[in-house]
Amino acid sequence: MTSPTDQRPDLPAATPVPPAPGAQAMPVPPPPEQVRRVPRGPRLAALRRPGPAIGLTWLLLVLAASLTSPLWLPYGTAEQDLARRFEGPSADHWLGTDDLGRDLLTRIVAAAGVALTASLVTVLVALVIAVPLALAAAERGPRVERWTSRVSEVLLALPATIIMLAVIGVIGVRTYWIMAVLGVLISAAVYRVLLGVAQSVRQRLYVDAARVDGLRSWMVNARHVLPGMASVVAVQAAQLFGVAILIQSGLAFIGFGPADPEPSWGGMIAVASRYVYTAPWMMVPTGVVLALTVIAANAVADGIAAHAASVSGHASSGRRSGRVTLLGATHGRADDVRLAVPAGAGTPLLEVEGLRVATTEGPELVTGVSFSVGAGRVVGLVGESGCGKSMTARSLLGLLPTGVRLTQGALRWEGTDLLAGGASADKALRRLRGREIAMISQEPMVALDPMFSVRSQLVAPLRRFRGVSRREAVGLATDLLAQVGIVDAARVLDSYPHQLSGGMAQRVAIALALTGEPRLLVADEPTTALDVTVQAEILSLLRSLVTDTGLSVVIVSHDLGVIADLCDDVNVMYAGEVVESGSCEAVLASPAHPYTAALLEANPHVPEGEALPHRLPSIGGTVPAPAAWTSGCRFAGRCRFATRACAEPLVLTAAPGVPVGAVPDHAVRCVRADDLSLTAAPEEDPR
Amino acid sequence: MSATLPTPGPSASAVVPALEVRDLVVRYGRAPGRLRRRASAPAVDGVDLVLAPGRTVGLVGESGSGKSTIAKAVLGLQAVSDGTVTFRGQDLTSASARERRAVAADLRVVFQDPYSSLNPTRTIGDTLAEPLRLQGLGAAQARERAVEVLEQVGLPGEVVDRYPGQFSGGQRQRVAIARALVCRPEVVVLDEPVSALDLSTQAQVLNLLADLRDEHGYSFLFVAHDLGVVRFLSDDVVVLYRGRVMESGPAEEVTQRPRHPYTQALVAASPVPRPGEQAERRLARERLGVGSASTASADPAGCPFASRCPLATDTCSTERPALRLLGEAQVSCHHAS
Repeated sequence: MTSPTDQRPDLPAATPVPPAPGAQAMPVPPPPEQVRRVPRGPRLAALRRPGPAIGLTWLLLVLAASLTSPLWLPYGTAEQDLARRFEGPSADHWLGTDDLGRDLLTRIVAAAGVALTASLVTVLVALVIAVPLALAAAERGPRVERWTSRVSEVLLALPATIIMLAVIGVIGVRTYWIMAVLGVLISAAVYRVLLGVAQSVRQRLYVDAARVDGLRSWMVNARHVLPGMASVVAVQAAQLFGVAILIQSGLAFIGFGPADPEPSWGGMIAVASRYVYTAPWMMVPTGVVLALTVIAANAVADGIAAHAASVSGHASSGRRSGRVTLLGATHGRADDVRLAVPAGAGTPLLEVEGLRVATTEGPELVTGVSFSVGAGRVVGLVGESGCGKSMTARSLLGLLPTGVRLTQGALRWEGTDLLAGGASADKALRRLRGREIAMISQEPMVALDPMFSVRSQLVAPLRRFRGVSRREAVGLATDLLAQVGIVDAARVLDSYPHQLSGGMAQRVAIALALTGEPRLLVADEPTTALDVTVQAEILSLLRSLVTDTGLSVVIVSHDLGVIADLCDDVNVMYAGEVVESGSCEAVLASPAHPYTAALLEANPHVPEGEALPHRLPSIGGTVPAPAAWTSGCRFAGRCRFATRACAEPLVLTAAPGVPVGAVPDHAVRCVRADDLSLTAAPEEDPR
Repeated sequence: MSATLPTPGPSASAVVPALEVRDLVVRYGRAPGRLRRRASAPAVDGVDLVLAPGRTVGLVGESGSGKSTIAKAVLGLQAVSDGTVTFRGQDLTSASARERRAVAADLRVVFQDPYSSLNPTRTIGDTLAEPLRLQGLGAAQARERAVEVLEQVGLPGEVVDRYPGQFSGGQRQRVAIARALVCRPEVVVLDEPVSALDLSTQAQVLNLLADLRDEHGYSFLFVAHDLGVVRFLSDDVVVLYRGRVMESGPAEEVTQRPRHPYTQALVAASPVPRPGEQAERRLARERLGVGSASTASADPAGCPFASRCPLATDTCSTERPALRLLGEAQVSCHHAS
């Protein structure tokens, strides 16, 4: 077959193709300078911190000094001055002299070359063996991996010291060869570490994408897999380097180093140890240099590891990151209209008022959210990612991630403010967590410990919360599993989490949440990871728990269908605040905020019997980053109805249609709410 | 299951299909030949599908239905145990790496997860240029084409020098689409391309895909689990359960008038954002009486869905139903009407 480029003369065509009609140009964040530099040279960036930088400088300095030593050292390594034995530091001998009056500085520096380069040989040999094997085993799967791993196990089982002594017996004291043998022996351990990394990098989809591109197998490894492993390889190499120096010195110390008068660090320490009572100083210079060199290698390793962690941490939290300082975010929203207390009056179970959550560095992630949850009610929080709905839910349990905290607001549990008197949210909520308020999350496997059976995971909290015996607890656990719709409870009790399907695991997670007989369940995207059929089952289960036991639920979801299915009340969140709030029926059937209306229109599940639109109405752009939030309408930048008035600070007001003077049951944060009619058929987007 | 039944609808015309899958079987686990008898149940079991040029076929089903496995088998990322994969009349079933490379520019993919599908250590430009350079294009020309295709997917051309870490999920998915389209392919496998996106972003990306297809005539093999999304983008739909085709036919027919109890359960389970209608749908779903996914058990002899099916009879557990034409759709059920 001819090259595909031959068949398609149009391929290199330079004429720009106009953007597809529906493809609005998206605003792209300006390039932060440091991001440009980071990914190319993770190792270099790592070494900008002081510790690793000093470590690397030390290593390079020692190596350079050693390699250039014949040029500048005042003494020969074997030059004896028997009149000046065992001397301390002096102007002639900066670090003193040894038992034969030889200059210590000269000998330390001269020995450094072999010490460092031979250790480098160990590192290189180990990596040259381990890296290709790990790559091949990860690529070829179990069939190859079975063999490489068995061989590595055999290597690991060999007594390295004895083998090295045997090698010395055969080939004599040839430092570089001995250190190469050490590299072979140690490569097995390096292989084990790198195999795991290579396997996890190969899971990433960009490796599959490169294979689909038609990239040759070794190119896939070199371009996509190896760079993903670079940090770990570098850390391993730096640590290994330190280990190799120690082993090399150890061998020299017990007499398997270069023969006198050839200097070696281990040999010099061995000599010094003979005179440790009469001339203690002799030990100091060599010992300190050896220790500093090993510490330097480890400091470099630490630096690389810390950098790798920060890069991956940055990647995973990338969507939420922002390094801009706090805006004057004191714009009060205290005038927000209060919604009517929902049915089943009396004191609501939980009242959230003016909740603010912020990162410690600055940007606020939630700015003044208020809602209340009555007994037996289901309240939904809905919005796109980055709108603060999960943060709001997590702050109800005092379970905010590190670096994020609740800064202001009231959480009233049956009328008592848990945060009164400056109590920390975590401490105040610890009393309620598990017993009164429980949580389920998107990923049920996170809630379940893979090391323990379902039985022990249910029994432990049952005994703690309900103070029952083990036997009673097992009975209760069986009842709980039945309550969450598990038919063969006995089998599931004996299962481990990995043996459960996603839907089953979520049921068990719900059972686990119910062990403390909570009155409020916080469900953070509980069905997002599940199939639609399983999602429907879990939603039915939650509904039956609400009707049968009077449980209250706060559910976070990005799916308006889930909200419509389960909720009594809904709060639509956008950019850290509630933009529309009210009964589910009112908000979804007659949305008063353009954002709510736009979310509804973008849903491809049109009413039964209706034809799908040719193109889905979509909201251009993305949710602004927290640092860019203003006191005006935060949706204005994406809103087709935006006017100049939208820049003014605004509060929640009664939605159109709520009788004047009545306590509203539907509120909206939009200055134009009264002149818009959003329930009409979707208009053509003017853009 | 009959291997000769064509997929109905206009796609079954006389033109050479862009992509054709016949009687595909994929088994995970042990290599074929060794202990074959103890091999696990196949992940894909005798699936046929035909993708005509310029059309879109949707693959839907629960997790474990084999939809992503079919996509991987088509792309050569998963070994095929039996059956054939034909691309423009050329058999790719056991294509060598060299033969695969020859079609790499014409058979492309967009993956589900926009975060792990872009190499974080390479610029957008590097990623987009890679397949072009493999086709023998010079660096400058590849870059030019990368800028052009970025503009096509609605991103400013200057982002070629940026790294993926600076983009949101929706923007990354646009880049992933650009990578699929950069060599002007014929067939693009879309493996759940919008499942990881927010609703508003999902609508943007779906519109973009529809625009690009209408304008350039790409053929899409579209894997998804949301029937609303599938209905929006697909001409034909293949509904899978445990590696077998339960129902296939024109998208409107299958999603609006589902005949197989399993398809009916899938349709009834996807929630709509209108509380009143959703309450009715919920009741309708409960009336269907389809068993829970967690209680399913597989019986290799009969219909895989029998243990969950409200219509099941003894025949269903002993006799495997063949696909038969009902209305405009093919249905694999003894009792559907």
